[in-house]
Formats: sequence, structure tokens, C-alpha cells
Amino acid sequence: MISNPSMPPAASPASKPELDEDQLLHVSLGPQHPSTHGVFRMNVVLDGETVVSLKPVFGYLHRNHEKIAEGVTYLSSMPFTDRLDYICPLTNNWAYAQAVEKLAGIEVPERAEYIRIITAELTRLINHTAFVGFFLGDMGAWGSALMYAFREREKILDLFEDLTGARMMSNFMRFGGCRNDLPDGWAARARVLVDEFPRFLDELENLITGNEILIARTQNIGALPKETLINGGITGPMLRAAGVAYDIRKAEPYGIYDRFKFRIPLGTTGDCYDRLMIRFLELRESLAILRQALDQLPAGAYIHPKAKIRNFKPPVGEAYARIESPKGELGFHLISNGTANPFRYRIRPPSFINLTLLEDMCLGLDLADVVLILGSVDIVLGEVDR
Amino acid sequence: MTPDLPAILTRLHAALPTAAIAHLRNPSPSAQDSLLVAPESLVAVCQFLRNTADLDFDLLSNVTGVDWPEPAKADAVAVPPEGTTPLACGFLEVVYHLYSTSLRIGPLVLRTRTTDRAEQVHIPSVVAVYRSAEYQEREIFDLFGVCFTGHPDLRRILMWDEFLDHPMRKDYVAPDDYQYEPTPHDAVLEKAKKYYPAKAEI
Repeated sequence: MISNPSMPPAASPASKPELDEDQLLHVSLGPQHPSTHGVFRMNVVLDGETVVSLKPVFGYLHRNHEKIAEGVTYLSSMPFTDRLDYICPLTNNWAYAQAVEKLAGIEVPERAEYIRIITAELTRLINHTAFVGFFLGDMGAWGSALMYAFREREKILDLFEDLTGARMMSNFMRFGGCRNDLPDGWAARARVLVDEFPRFLDELENLITGNEILIARTQNIGALPKETLINGGITGPMLRAAGVAYDIRKAEPYGIYDRFKFRIPLGTTGDCYDRLMIRFLELRESLAILRQALDQLPAGAYIHPKAKIRNFKPPVGEAYARIESPKGELGFHLISNGTANPFRYRIRPPSFINLTLLEDMCLGLDLADVVLILGSVDIVLGEVDR
Repeated sequence: MTPDLPAILTRLHAALPTAAIAHLRNPSPSAQDSLLVAPESLVAVCQFLRNTADLDFDLLSNVTGVDWPEPAKADAVAVPPEGTTPLACGFLEVVYHLYSTSLRIGPLVLRTRTTDRAEQVHIPSVVAVYRSAEYQEREIFDLFGVCFTGHPDLRRILMWDEFLDHPMRKDYVAPDDYQYEPTPHDAVLEKAKKYYPAKAEI
């Protein structure tokens, strides 16, 4: 493990003389394996049960989204952003809309900002509850926890379906606002959901947190020092679990996050247990934001009246904008040369960059812990491979 | 909070007198100006930005490649200072977005450029300073063909190892891997004509 970030990356196991190459077992974990959360592969070298090297292999879901986006108009990429992190399409939409708004200097009306925050925080609820379910699945509690999580997710997806027309592939944000207004009674139904959600959270937490097996499996597993995590570009709940108070909603408030009162939960050690607990705590804070946003929801336009849908050509220049997506910092870097298509369209995917330190977290642990650590990173392959 | 680029530039010039650094203006409403750093000074500049306590750019968030076949277009997006001689040939560019997690400053945009797009495409790797660049530099190597000298493990990452070209280059031509489609139409129909003889008129 690297404790000093200025040190060079970890040496390969071949340079360690004490390991007998004949005794090492090379395992290709994935890509068709339920624990890899998609088509992700790791080439693991084992000494007995202990990991001595782990090299991720990417690209099984690569479709060169960035190249495709260079060939179509700005708006045409909006539905494609849904397919990045397909658990949370609405935050992807928001990140992209925000980058284009920065590039073209577009204002967003107040009601649209509220709708965006409500949808984004509902998305965070979906992501974190689903995370808990998948994580328990990785641990061997296959099914039950995930079904509890998906039961609640389905209620939120019903809301999204009424709002955007689709459960998952929402294509909802537009440059300067949202595609449509909230349907009649939607805010009231969202309010009911938000009020009922803590009861489910209490139930789930009661089922999980005190569990002896969970504690034995997750505590002191996969922790790295804070400095290494920051240096490795780790963002989102992974970083906050290690005790670094860095949340883009507070550090660089986008939208209207500065109007709401909420806390940034922090872990202490940054092991897998903290990473699980930090998601539970973030769920409660998301509910607090949702309550405030639904209470304050103003009337008005859901999209800027002068927002251009057709023949949209941002001025020459570049912009980088980022949001706190449920998985970490999701950024878009756009370069415009004044035409209708972006000259360069780059996604900064949190799942992909959070894997940078995967090997460092797994070295010296058992193979079964690798599955847990990968689960605790919370990746989605649509975003990793793009 | 956006960083104070002129002040940072003055300090960089004072600390690294030999480094060639220029302030490029961004004409877009985002007003995110950038610093153009010569490749040979890149690692020293990154080390200075990370290790200076009151700058503390500890998070290298994003590393991007950009292909500029026409240098004039690059000068329109990132406007160089008055009196700079325009570049003659196209080049590949690597853009870095730095943040300070403690001081909450960012993004500080650094850019560095290769000499051309064919032979001299070498940029020093910053992995020893910022570990987060490891996979992102591999991605730029894979998709753009920028070679990062000093990278610990420079291999293709998204494309398969046997792949030869760099698909994100502007002049990349996709291979003609036409496959049969039951009802070809539009572009596919045009392509299909090459593979199937026209039906005889009855």
C-alpha cells in the first residue's frame, strides 16, 4: 500500500523476489461474473488465497460515446447520457445540461432548478438503496436485501415514469430548464414517498447494521489513507467515508444547493463498513433536501423562455462543469468551435476514476474481499467503459 | 471558486524561471481561462501546484485529450496572448483540470501540446505527482495516440490490444465492417449496394 502520495505507484509482484512464480495462481475474474456488476474483468494473481496483483481490464462495453457525440448536435447527446450510469440517468442529464449552460451562458429559471434538485436527490435515493442491496448480494446475502431495495426503487421509478415518460432512460433535462413541467399532483405524491421513506430506511438499517457477519466481513477491509485517496482522484461517498469533507454540493454549490440545509456525513477509517454506512447517512440528508425543496417549490417557467431547442450553436470556447453524482464527481468538458456539434465532448466518469486505486485497496487481502471492495466502489459499466 | 490565474502565473514564473507558461483566454461565457505549459515543464509545474501550501491543488480531477488538425481552431478556443506566433501544423493537446479540496478552488486548467500529430507525440506523464492520471493517460494514449513518457503501465485500455488506430483522432476512418441487415435503408442501403448486385428489372 502507498502511504505517501508522492511515492511512485505500487511495484508489480514480479519485482518481489520472495514470491515463487510457480506457486502463484492467475485468475481471470469476469467479465461474465455476477460480482463484477457488469462486464468488468480483473486479472488477479493469487498466492494461496492472498491477492498479490490485480489488474482491471476495461472496454467490454466501450462504444466510444465521446466520438459519437462529436458527430451529432448538442441536444442529440442528451438521451445518450442516460446510458452512462443507467441507475441514475437524471443526474447525468443534469451534469451535461449544466456544462452546456456554462458553455453558452444560459440562465435556468427557479422552478426548473427546484425540479432538477428534486429529481437528482430522488436519483440519489435510488442509487444508494440499490447500492445497499447489491453490496449485501456481493457479501452472499443474495436476493433479500436487493429485493427490499428494489421495492422502494420501483416507487421512485413510478414517479419518474409519470414525470419523464420512462422509468430509466429519462432524457429529461434541456439546456435552460427541463423538458416538461411536473404533472398534476406529482409533488404531493413525491412528498408522500419522502415521508414514508424513513420507515423503510429504519427497517433496512435494523436488518443490516448490527449483523455480525456484515461487521466481520467489512470492517478494516479496503481502507486507504486520505491523502492517497485524494491523490488517486477518488471522489464521492468513497472519499467521504475516509473522513474528507469534500462534497461538490457544498464545496462548489451548483444549481441552488446553497439554499438548503443539509449535512455532509463523514466516515473515520474509510473501510468497506464506513462506505456502506456513509450511504445510509447520505440517504437521510437527501431526504432532508427533498423535504425542503418540495416545501419551497415555486410556480413559474420550467424552461427559460428564450432557450433554443433547434439550431442551437454555443459560442466558441470551452467549459468544464461537474456535479456531485451519487457515485462521485461527474464532469463534462465541452469544446465548441461555433457549430451545432461539439468539437470535443469529454465525460469525467466517477466510476472509472474511482477504480484507479482498486489494486492498492485489494493487495494482501483474500479474493473474497476483492468482490466486496469492488462492490463498495459502486461502479456502473455503462459509465466505466463509455 | 475560480482560481486567480494571473497571480498563480506570476508565482510560477518566480518559482520556475525557465518554464515556458502562457495565459490563454477563453472567449466562452464560462470564462475558464487556462495555462499553456511546455511539456518539459509540466511535471515541475504540477509539483509546484500540489506542494505549495497556499495553492494546494491536491486533486487532479480530469485529464482530457484533444486533437487539433488545424492550429487556428485551437487558437480560437484558447486565445494566446498578443504577439504569439501562430503554430504551423496541427497537434495533440492534453488538458488537465485541477482542484484544491481544502481551499475549494478550481478548476485550474492546464494544457500542454505535442509538436505534431504524427511522430513527436510525447508528453511527460504526471502519474508520479497525481495518481488519478494513471487510467486517464492510458485512455488518451489509446484513443488519441499521445505517448506519456514515464507512465508505469502504458497500454491500451478501452480498445483491444491488437487495435492499431486511434479512434478519437479527427481523421480516423471507421473500418468498413458491413453486416447484412434484413431491410437495408438510407446509409445502410447505400453501403449494401457495394455488396449485393442490383436486382434485375422485371
